[in-house]
Amino acid sequence: MLELRGVNAGYGTFQALFDVDLDVKAGEAVGVIGPNGAGKTTLMRVISGLIRPSRGSIAMEGVDVLATPAHQIVSLGIAHVPENRRLFPQLSVDDNLKMGAFMKEARGRYAERLEVVFDLFPRLKERRHQMAGTMSGGEQQMCAIGRALMSNPKLLLLDEPSAGLAPVVVQQVFELVKRIRASGLTVLIVEQNVQQVLRVVDRAYLIEAGTIRSSGTSAEMLASDTVKEAYLGV
Amino acid sequence: MQAVLDIFDIYLLEAVINGILLGGVLALLALGLNLIFGVIDVTWICYAELVMIGMYAMYFMVQYYGFSYFIAAPLTILLVAILGALLHYLVIAPLLTAPPINQLLATGGVLFVLQSFATVAFGIDFRNLGIRLPVLAFGDMNFSYARLLSFLAALVGMVAVYLFMTRTFTGTAIRAISQDRQIMALMGVDTKRIYLITSAIGGGLAGLAACLLVLQYDVHPFVGLSFGPITFLICVLGGLGNFIGGFIAAFVFAEIISLGGLFSDLEWGYVLAFAFFIVMMFIRPAGLLARRR
Repeated sequence: MLELRGVNAGYGTFQALFDVDLDVKAGEAVGVIGPNGAGKTTLMRVISGLIRPSRGSIAMEGVDVLATPAHQIVSLGIAHVPENRRLFPQLSVDDNLKMGAFMKEARGRYAERLEVVFDLFPRLKERRHQMAGTMSGGEQQMCAIGRALMSNPKLLLLDEPSAGLAPVVVQQVFELVKRIRASGLTVLIVEQNVQQVLRVVDRAYLIEAGTIRSSGTSAEMLASDTVKEAYLGV
Repeated sequence: MQAVLDIFDIYLLEAVINGILLGGVLALLALGLNLIFGVIDVTWICYAELVMIGMYAMYFMVQYYGFSYFIAAPLTILLVAILGALLHYLVIAPLLTAPPINQLLATGGVLFVLQSFATVAFGIDFRNLGIRLPVLAFGDMNFSYARLLSFLAALVGMVAVYLFMTRTFTGTAIRAISQDRQIMALMGVDTKRIYLITSAIGGGLAGLAACLLVLQYDVHPFVGLSFGPITFLICVLGGLGNFIGGFIAAFVFAEIISLGGLFSDLEWGYVLAFAFFIVMMFIRPAGLLARRR
């Protein structure tokens, strides 16, 4: 479904990604793990068009993502839940979700998508008129994921969904990811919470200093010595 | 009825009501400027000059070409809306990432261009529509029909903008964009297009204000100076970019002008309003509705 080949990207003179190859097949859940500053967030931003790579190619179902204007990439079926959620704090939950359905294709199915999201997150329905910025971290994360789901995406990019949340809430977020997966959505998830994420995904990539160091199934990654030593603390 | 009215000082009541009527038009002017500042983060120094061009458009359409007022008005709103979009496209968009002072200078430049253009093209004569609307007598009080009409039209305009901003996808995007510009692309929003639409709405509001002001005031190339500064003061007093603050500040200002004018000349009303503004800038520098720190 998603295909990255030889992607190089950075900010100004600082290069954050070096020749990254990455594949996500339809129906899969894929994790990207690695330390802080390894380029995980940059990888997500490159896919959704927030920054453009200096070299390489990105294709979504055969369509050249780099030839698509940034604001039309969501129409290709890619929805990005950004790092730190990035809700519109002074808009209501309803309005935040409305923004997720902004593009033409999604507007027609707005009511239907709203039902799907409220089904998944009954809490959001209770809070629909509340300002998004006044909710708890967990609720905000729900709202951010809900907003992304409003566009009826094929591929969901989740950037550190557990960051800054209490341990109990982190559990809930990963439960949610499982449920979203079960609904048939393809998921690419970036996480520092290695142990948790490897239980949710089928495969994972380990990224360090902007380079893919290794990849494999969750079981392989859990068993791998590099991952064990560096991230699982065993 | 007369008995009830007698309880009040009739002139005081008349001044209060006139203040409310003036406040409506000032609030409309402030809304346009606030919208541009709040969403695009630039200040159209030449905002009142767009109104001036609109007033000339009304004058020529009605006086020269014999259009009825109600046909000329929507055409003027459309014309000034296009001017607003052009101003954004030609002047603001290239300077969007420039330092704010450059943006101020550029729109300040447009102010002089528009004033000079009007002077050369239309001369410095004072012109008016030649429409004399009757005066409405209510008890012992007199109200200008033009003011009443302007107040209602301003109110309708503001409600229309409010509904657009809260009910439509585009309106919601306009409110969202000022809170987080960078991620708008993730929502499928083309920020350039939203800025253009916002500028057109800002221009349209200036156009509507022009249609209303031309009923009460003569138009000349420098007419912008008589309500441009006060519009800025209202926006600053309400907190730049704060729509509700601007709305309240417009009525506060209008009442000061109107009541101040009651006790002496109308000019003293303006002096009082500006003095009030200076005092408020010391007490609440971030605007009337700013949160206390």
